[in-house]
Amino acid sequence: MTMGGKNGLTGLMLREFKRLASRRIYWFMMLLAPVFCFVFFADLLKEGLPMQLPIAVVDEDNTSTSRQLSRSLDAIAQTDVVMRGADFSEARKAMQKGEIYGIFHIPADFAVEVATGKRPVLSFYTNETYLLPSSLAYKDMRLQAALANGAVQQTLLKAKGITGVELQARLLPVTVDTNPLNNPWISYAIYLASILIPSFISMFAMFVTSYSITEELKDGSCREWLAQAGNSMPLALAGKLLPQMLVFLVTGLLCLSVLYGYMRFPLNSGFLPMFAAIFLLIAAAQGFAVFITGLVWRSRIVLSFCALWSVLSFSISGFTFPVPNMPDLMRWASNLSPIRHYYLLYVDQALNGVPVLYSWGAYVALGVFALLPFLTLPRLKRYVEKGRYLA
Amino acid sequence: MNDVFYIFRREFYTIFRDHGVMTFFVLLTLAYPIVYTYIYSNEVVREVPVAVVDHAASPLSREFVRLFEASPNAEVAARCADMEAARELMRQKKVYGILELPEDFSKRINRGEQAHAGLYCDMGALLNYKALLQAVSDVSALMNAGIQVASLPYASQVQQEIAVMPVQVQEVKMFNPQSGFASFIIPAVLVLVIQQSLLLGVGTITGTVYDRKGVAALVPRNSHYRRAWCIVLGKGCAYLLLYFVMAYWVFFVVPRIFGLVQIGVRGDLMLFLFPFLLACVFLAIACSFLCREREQPFLLFVFTSVPLMFISGISWPKEGIPEYWLALAKVFPSTHGIDGFVKINNMGATLSEVVTEYASLWFLALVYFSLACFLYRREIVKQNNNDLS
Repeated sequence: MTMGGKNGLTGLMLREFKRLASRRIYWFMMLLAPVFCFVFFADLLKEGLPMQLPIAVVDEDNTSTSRQLSRSLDAIAQTDVVMRGADFSEARKAMQKGEIYGIFHIPADFAVEVATGKRPVLSFYTNETYLLPSSLAYKDMRLQAALANGAVQQTLLKAKGITGVELQARLLPVTVDTNPLNNPWISYAIYLASILIPSFISMFAMFVTSYSITEELKDGSCREWLAQAGNSMPLALAGKLLPQMLVFLVTGLLCLSVLYGYMRFPLNSGFLPMFAAIFLLIAAAQGFAVFITGLVWRSRIVLSFCALWSVLSFSISGFTFPVPNMPDLMRWASNLSPIRHYYLLYVDQALNGVPVLYSWGAYVALGVFALLPFLTLPRLKRYVEKGRYLA
Repeated sequence: MNDVFYIFRREFYTIFRDHGVMTFFVLLTLAYPIVYTYIYSNEVVREVPVAVVDHAASPLSREFVRLFEASPNAEVAARCADMEAARELMRQKKVYGILELPEDFSKRINRGEQAHAGLYCDMGALLNYKALLQAVSDVSALMNAGIQVASLPYASQVQQEIAVMPVQVQEVKMFNPQSGFASFIIPAVLVLVIQQSLLLGVGTITGTVYDRKGVAALVPRNSHYRRAWCIVLGKGCAYLLLYFVMAYWVFFVVPRIFGLVQIGVRGDLMLFLFPFLLACVFLAIACSFLCREREQPFLLFVFTSVPLMFISGISWPKEGIPEYWLALAKVFPSTHGIDGFVKINNMGATLSEVVTEYASLWFLALVYFSLACFLYRREIVKQNNNDLS
């Protein structure tokens, strides 16, 4: 058995490095595209929370009371009153055009009815087609309506001679202090970017792995590849995957430094647990791709499977819509996505900083993905020996 | 015109003979919207498990917990004696929130002072936080009203109402009344599925030709293939015909199956989607020149779906997106497609209200048609030069 002139693993790794460097598509997948995604999402989400969301105030009352209301609504940082008028249908049309996310409606005779105890109705409308901005606008308008109520109640109570601590207790006997743990800014950027950015690494690691293996077949170089590994499939794979792993680890470190250095997201676990998480995520992605390659072998089907699964993982991992609220089948399927386990690790470690022991399940799950190739190694070897390319 | 028809026929055969292409054009477009919508089919977050730590253990604090438990958003999964036990449950992911009622909860209310309850939320998923926040503010509003009325023993009902809520508040959630997640995200996904599946499919066709016959073979040596615009039009018509069917499934049938919002005028929607399909088809033909191998469309196009989703203004509001990204977004049919589709289908806008998007799509269709023609023209010229030399 020839060792292909160069000795074992080092020779194989050198060979792989040369292959990776020699083709533009690898540069694209390993450097250009991931870095573009980092820059894109880091830049897009840098504000954390969108500010100055446009809303309209329809003021049919037009008294100093109602104007005061709309002025204080404008003063809240997240909303920006871009439209004022007395015509509701005009505001509704603006909403249909997507120009505003909410309408705050003050009815005619508002001030008079308040003063005479007729309980006028303040209404606010939100465009729930745009879920995120509308929920922010909703929050502000709801607060404003509550403040309007409070102001009237306060006047009434003061007239009865109630002041100070008692006044406060009469206005709001029970208050709830909410503590959004480890994300007191309620920043959307933190949970979005923390999963989106690493997901791209996992996606491209899958692509590069399966593409580079099937490429050997296409080029007709797979016998030479296996021969250089002394006919040992594990060695041949190690020689191929280690260089890719090294490159992706660099990308992974870049990703961690973007998230926790540049964007200053909470990293309550310290560096090591998250480094272990991203390392295992890359290994899991590679393992998953090799497993599928051994199972299916047709390059196009392997790649389409990896692609579809990666894109689906954005949803099924549950970082936007929680997994416990998905249908049973999807809840079960979510375990098959490496990103799901990475997400659990991120919540435990980076966000909440709980002791590593609590996260053992997710670490092990990623490890299992990394070991999956052993199941299909014999099949893979048969294919490589045959060396027939199937599109 | 004969040439166009000839190329159209040949392209049609190519599509149906190639399983790979059929996978994208038919299987992907059929299955993906279904799977995607199914994930979100529960629409909202309900029954978020919470641990309750009731230090007061009084009738008032128990009433608060009872009301909280009755809320559809929260579920009391455990009652703990102290915060440490509750925190432990949170670390184990058995609960996503802790409701703490302090020892002096009832005492303060009875003394006429303000009482405080504490809600601690795991921020791993913001929808859980949102659900719990909603639950707890509804409960405290209800409790407050009760306490306020109780402090006015001799008041008439009208007086009580005025004291509790002198201004009535009405909230109206438009176009997606339950704030459903599927109703919000799926329309954008549907539009993207059409564009991306075309990019993948047409890319595969071109990549296969490169793969099998080399770069020179992109334009067959055949008298029908002499004019670039005939090639682009012929191929485009073949894809377009197939996508009339697929688009009907994606835009009209899938939302119907899952009972999503569909309040647009059907005719307006169809008129709007026509230039969208055209723009996507020509974009796909132009972009297919990037694919030098059958496998490459995945590597090049798949990852773009997520950024495209974000710059379309659905996942993230346009007001929060820097202008240069918005400018870049205008290059893609999906951006205008999502905008217009959502406005017509979900918000009942008429065609005249989305005229900007409509015009942009026609413009993009024209631009990509010219680009595709230019690229084919270059191939033809290259071929002719080769033949001469």
